Amino acid sequence: MIAEFKLPDLGEGLTESEIVSWHVAVGDTVTLNQVLGEVETAKAVVELPSPYAGVVTAITHEPGTMVEVGEVIIAFDVAGPAIGAGERRDRAPGAASGAGEAGGGPIATGAGAEPDAAAAPKRVPTLVGYGADPESSKRPTRRARVFGTAAAVTAGASGARVQGDRPRSTPPVRKLARDLGIELASLVGSGERGLITREDVLAFAGDHANGSGAAVEAPASYTPQGGITDAREVRTPIKGVRKFMAAAMVESAFTAPHVTEFLTIDVTAGMDFLDKLRGLKEFAGLKVTPLTLAAKAVSLAVARHSALNTHWDAANQEVVAYNYLNLGIAAATPRGLLVPNIKDAHELGLRGLAVALGELAETARAGKTPPADLAGGTFSVTNIGVFGIDAGTPILNPGEAGILALGAVRRTPWEYQGEIALRQVMTLSLSFDHRLVDGAQGSRFLADVGAMMADPAMGLVMG
Amino acid sequence: MLDTSANTGSPTDSVIHQLITATGTRVPDEVLAPFAAGVDNEQLLKLYQDMVVIRRIDFEATALQRQGQLALWPPMLGQEAAQIGSVRALVAEDFIFPTYRENGVAYCRGANLTGIMSTWRGSANTGWDPHEINMATPQIIIGAQTLHATGYAMGLTMEGKESLAIAYLGDGATSQGDVHEAMVFAASFQAPVIFFCQNNHWAISEPVGLQAHVPLAGRAPGYGIPSLRVDGNDVLAVLAATQWAAARARSGGGPSFIEAVTYRMGPHTTADDPTRYRETSELEEWRGKDPIARVRALLTNNGTLDAGAEAEVAAKADAVAAELRAGCIGMPDPEPMTLFDNVYTGEHAILDRQRDHYSRYLGGFAGAPAGNSSAEGKLS
Repeated sequence: MIAEFKLPDLGEGLTESEIVSWHVAVGDTVTLNQVLGEVETAKAVVELPSPYAGVVTAITHEPGTMVEVGEVIIAFDVAGPAIGAGERRDRAPGAASGAGEAGGGPIATGAGAEPDAAAAPKRVPTLVGYGADPESSKRPTRRARVFGTAAAVTAGASGARVQGDRPRSTPPVRKLARDLGIELASLVGSGERGLITREDVLAFAGDHANGSGAAVEAPASYTPQGGITDAREVRTPIKGVRKFMAAAMVESAFTAPHVTEFLTIDVTAGMDFLDKLRGLKEFAGLKVTPLTLAAKAVSLAVARHSALNTHWDAANQEVVAYNYLNLGIAAATPRGLLVPNIKDAHELGLRGLAVALGELAETARAGKTPPADLAGGTFSVTNIGVFGIDAGTPILNPGEAGILALGAVRRTPWEYQGEIALRQVMTLSLSFDHRLVDGAQGSRFLADVGAMMADPAMGLVMG
Repeated sequence: MLDTSANTGSPTDSVIHQLITATGTRVPDEVLAPFAAGVDNEQLLKLYQDMVVIRRIDFEATALQRQGQLALWPPMLGQEAAQIGSVRALVAEDFIFPTYRENGVAYCRGANLTGIMSTWRGSANTGWDPHEINMATPQIIIGAQTLHATGYAMGLTMEGKESLAIAYLGDGATSQGDVHEAMVFAASFQAPVIFFCQNNHWAISEPVGLQAHVPLAGRAPGYGIPSLRVDGNDVLAVLAATQWAAARARSGGGPSFIEAVTYRMGPHTTADDPTRYRETSELEEWRGKDPIARVRALLTNNGTLDAGAEAEVAAKADAVAAELRAGCIGMPDPEPMTLFDNVYTGEHAILDRQRDHYSRYLGGFAGAPAGNSSAEGKLS
């Protein structure tokens, strides 16, 4: 009969492990406690001894795959009815139910037959990621050896494993690297005795992750299969921009205390102004939108409320105030969300901003944004209005103090000169880092941006 | 009254007493010899079998953890001589206060194999009845058991008994305040307690050299406690040292401290990866000092251990491993309500309320035993 081995929790509360290698293949006969392969948890690389003696019938996860605790990883054909060695036995089968039904002859017979049926689970593991791949040599190669002189020696009867040939680092940093899809072996550690530090990984990520995409792609050995698909679910490995952005968002969301404020404004005058611009020779061929107006308004407003254009430097315990504005613009690209920024946006006039916004959007959508454009942003704007959305609570681009979300401009019944009229109305949503920006500062900033978008002439007053 | 001149524990004395070398040769030792005089080849063979069996227990339990059958296991690989030599020097009346790693000691003490596994499977708070085998439950809090042992030993004195208490501790525990307090009290009251310190060189990832700039055995004389430093991988030396300490305790000589210099060849627990903090060359060095290999060599060379005897030992280890595995896998999960059973010895109003609440909570699940209709409304 078939017996399955589900990945156990190998270290006090772990939820997943990565298959590092298999030492057996389908068809192999294995003995009890024979080493089947190695898995790496967040804590250690460990050998998995076989819970059964039998013939391997299926290996369900390739090396490099992250597996949830409880998933079947290998199955065996074991002689005779297996004791549930791979699985905890349930509590004593309910003899009570039989007693309760005493007197019902046929039912009692049926109950008696139950154990036999239960003793033969029929499930055949799906051979995900496994096929006619004859190259057992495709196991991941050992990572570069960093320290130690003695060759790794396999333990004898002890079963203890000896392994020292992987880059020196610490568990949290290993996890960070794995989350970012970075192979530690490709880094040079700057710490003591070549220890790879968090800074090393982040620096590597900063250099490579957003740009060519070369580094954020996990090494081939870690992604032998693409999406794993069945009828009802599609599973896609988390990697690349998605993975990096997710890590950045999580870091931002759980580091900076976010506050979000909303302001709904009548931008009819602003829209009229944009129409006027479209007719001007200087703006011929340029796209002018509420985003253009917002970019200029933000540029002017951060000069008046400098707290919004700062950075919390936790490492040095300093607040960095910028005397320039690198304005980030969130862009949905085929590779995922990117936030390239316009360098020195504070020096640009409305036309300059319109030109820069056009170029930036085009480059991002073509997937050609250079890494330099992604680094060094100081404040960001995201235009959710293009999707017909009114408001949201944007998450700060990591390291920045504020982000402004533009809602859709809608014709809305609105109070106008003492009457109700159909006006062009939009909502601005501003999130800021409350460590850097007080409520009053954030509120005044938002009010100023709103005032300039509602009536661009206010820019003459505030500029 | 026993001659206590065996106190060699001056702070600078780093002599490691030994009776069997790493290659299996008997060597003389003035201090230990009188206490090992009674051990013949047959008894040494029994010690050998004990060590082989507990190494097999360790291997099987480690495998069971990897197979999802145990939540955790603290390997004792490499420390077999320290455990066997010490426990075999004791008598049934002596009370043992172990750490979590003395599972080999528990086995020799008569603890049921399934019982030992039950704690590490998370099915029971203790795998044995402490009063039945005179061995306390495994202490997880580092060093706390030294206080328990000292207090117990003080009680023995008050009751006029001749038995003793032994506290097992590790090198890391010697940095704990509890251990120092225990030694102060043990010396002050001349309590019949043995501090049996297995210096396995690593307090998880911290090397012993960081915590102690002198041999650990050198600390005890500062409290007025005689100490001995022995080769912890030499089962005979450990046995003799423990006999020395036990004789002192039984004759009113007060506390003793033994530093058994050994090495933890496996991880701290199954949740640890020692390759992250120690060199493989160090492991190799200690593999050359294996506690079992040296006795095998000695007994083979003197003709005691022939193929037949070796087969018997192997058969015993196999049988123990099979019993342990079957007992572990076949162990029923505890009933949820047993969670409340051993919190207090008597009635307790708050606990009773919690028990009642939990009972009704469990009763709210589909398929739960009938008779909980009153709870259903609240839970739906």
